[in-house]
Amino acid sequence: MKLKPEDLDKISQRMKATTILREGAGRAKITVHMGTCGIASGARDILSAFLKGIEESNAEDIILTTSGCAGLCSREPMATVELKGKPPVKYVDLTQEKVERIFKEHVQGGKVVAEYALAIGSERVS
Amino acid sequence: MNLMVCTGTGCVSNGAFQIIDALEKEIIRHNLEGEIQIITTGCNGFCANGPIVVVQPDDIFYQMLTVKDIPFLVEEHFLKGRPVKKLMYSPGEDETPVPKMHDIGFFKKQRLIALANRGIINPEEIDEYIARDGYKALVKTLVNMTPEAIVDEIKRSGLRGRGGGGFPTGIKWEVCKKAPGDEKYIICNADEGDPGAFMDRSIVESDPHSVLEGMTIGARAIGAKNGFIYIRNEYPLALRRVNRAIEQARDYGLIGDNILGTDFCFDVRVNRGAGAFVCGEETALIRSLEGKHPQPRVKPPFPAISGYNGKPTNINNVETWANIPRIINHGADWFSSIGTESSKGTKVFSLVGKVNNTGLVEVPMGITLREIIFDIGGGIKDNKAFKAVQTGGPSGGCIPEHLLDMPVDFESLTKAGCIMGSGGMIVMDEDTCMVEIARYFLSFTQDESCGKCTFCRIGTKRMLEILERITQGNGEEGDIELLEMLAKNISQGSLCALGKTAPNPVLTTLKYFRHEYETHIREKTCPAKQCKSLISYRIREDKCVGCGLCRRNCPTHAISGEKKQVHAIDQDLCIKCGVCYDSCRFDAIEVQ
Repeated sequence: MKLKPEDLDKISQRMKATTILREGAGRAKITVHMGTCGIASGARDILSAFLKGIEESNAEDIILTTSGCAGLCSREPMATVELKGKPPVKYVDLTQEKVERIFKEHVQGGKVVAEYALAIGSERVS
Repeated sequence: MNLMVCTGTGCVSNGAFQIIDALEKEIIRHNLEGEIQIITTGCNGFCANGPIVVVQPDDIFYQMLTVKDIPFLVEEHFLKGRPVKKLMYSPGEDETPVPKMHDIGFFKKQRLIALANRGIINPEEIDEYIARDGYKALVKTLVNMTPEAIVDEIKRSGLRGRGGGGFPTGIKWEVCKKAPGDEKYIICNADEGDPGAFMDRSIVESDPHSVLEGMTIGARAIGAKNGFIYIRNEYPLALRRVNRAIEQARDYGLIGDNILGTDFCFDVRVNRGAGAFVCGEETALIRSLEGKHPQPRVKPPFPAISGYNGKPTNINNVETWANIPRIINHGADWFSSIGTESSKGTKVFSLVGKVNNTGLVEVPMGITLREIIFDIGGGIKDNKAFKAVQTGGPSGGCIPEHLLDMPVDFESLTKAGCIMGSGGMIVMDEDTCMVEIARYFLSFTQDESCGKCTFCRIGTKRMLEILERITQGNGEEGDIELLEMLAKNISQGSLCALGKTAPNPVLTTLKYFRHEYETHIREKTCPAKQCKSLISYRIREDKCVGCGLCRRNCPTHAISGEKKQVHAIDQDLCIKCGVCYDSCRFDAIEVQ
């Protein structure tokens, strides 16, 4: 499909409905940071662990997605968990065991796993 | 009362401008114009909860506003003075002791422009880029701006090339635009080769469309129809993502023929580099693209006049291109308000070495090195002392502690004998031998010299031999002076920046750490205890308990001793690998 200028706005609106939780259907969004640094330190296993959690719980309202490096390469693998209406939480130095707990307590239970979390919120953009 | 309305990208795409319109309407309706002022601000950083309005002086933080909320908010809070609780930010019922992003040193001082989408979008989905104002700048340049206006905007922004040279981007574009000829080219230099640097790789990996959009805007400005991305083959993930981005953009008609239904045509092709450091030099890169042996050539003519196939060619680095869409979207005035007098905007650095937080950081120009290393980097690992920071890779230099409060901008770094370079930043601690560091960087440039200029080809080899001699304890009086003379001649006698800057690591270490060279030469010792020929490992009799751990771990069986008796190292067999030092649990091994 070749776009016209006005189509960009339509795509933008449509995407917001799927990626921005408060307008979309999702209850939680999990972003696994998969730059070269993340992948090298095991981000693929982290992604699989989250996927396993979602499959086992049959949850249909969780968006699992990937993104690039979050900047703090020395603390990879990293993931960001964002629940509807809550600021995003960044987790660092992840392992499959930590993911299991984060999935259970934070994604499903709504309680941040403070021991594994680095920070809450977003970065200063522009 | 001031209403600080966030108009960062995040909030704008969530409707901040509609919120402003609604606020203005309601304020007029209630005749509050005299009492309330609406001020638009940059990003609050809390993008996920936008649109955001902060009411000052009370510091009340309203979040996730919709146009529907505004009449109620204005009436309740601004007219009746009752802040609206349900629209305020609440930290959540369970007060988890997790710090905010802005309280974390690593993130607090960063400001993201080139990396604005890092870690937020899925780089393999063009729609996610579009959702964060992607390709909006392209529309603006195609519909509302003439090519002259685009060049003018970039010129006014003060953007300078991020690849190392620091040449004003707008002027480069202007020269290429005015160059005679209908066939012009755009090149993105993604041949990042400095040891320890990964800024460009990370930008391409996390936001490839920002580079593509920047290139397309550049093509529109100078009148190019074809572009190349020259990227290292050693970056498989970046390669995959940029190829995917090109495919998706082509499907959407954002590159290719008749972009966005206009008569503007521009297409991009990826060219993989084979990992030759010299290909980062623009004329060598262009020759490589042409299928020739990559050697730099004399400038002028500059590529802007005679580049790819002899046609006017505009070549910029990845980070420079990624800045372009943001400048077009937010305006030259916004961009030039960030940074210092001569260096505008931000710079991305890959912060590596002996710091606690290694990673990719984007900071406003003018920040001090101390802030980057200690506030963002979290200080030196294992509580060791800071010794030097190396910027600009093999072309740069080492900056000592007393210059750490120097602002990071093009001029200050050059004055210190260093360069901004493309953004590699290697932090060194007290255990680093500066002669060895100089030797390492010189061995790199010596290896990567293309061989065209005699001074670079042979001169760096001679310098390297001298440095090797010094680190092996065979340094002689006069070596330092010889190094200085060679350094001067190499930088004068070489054609391109590779040779011109190759002696920089030696010159800066000689300038700031001359005593280390002198100690190596005169006393035949290495102050940092790193140069293997100048150190020896010994076992302290007062501390050795005879556990035998070092004896078992020693790869050359150089350690002997009876159980529970003091052990000893046979210096003839010892290869100084340091395994005994690392394995001893009683601090009984010392380095002399």
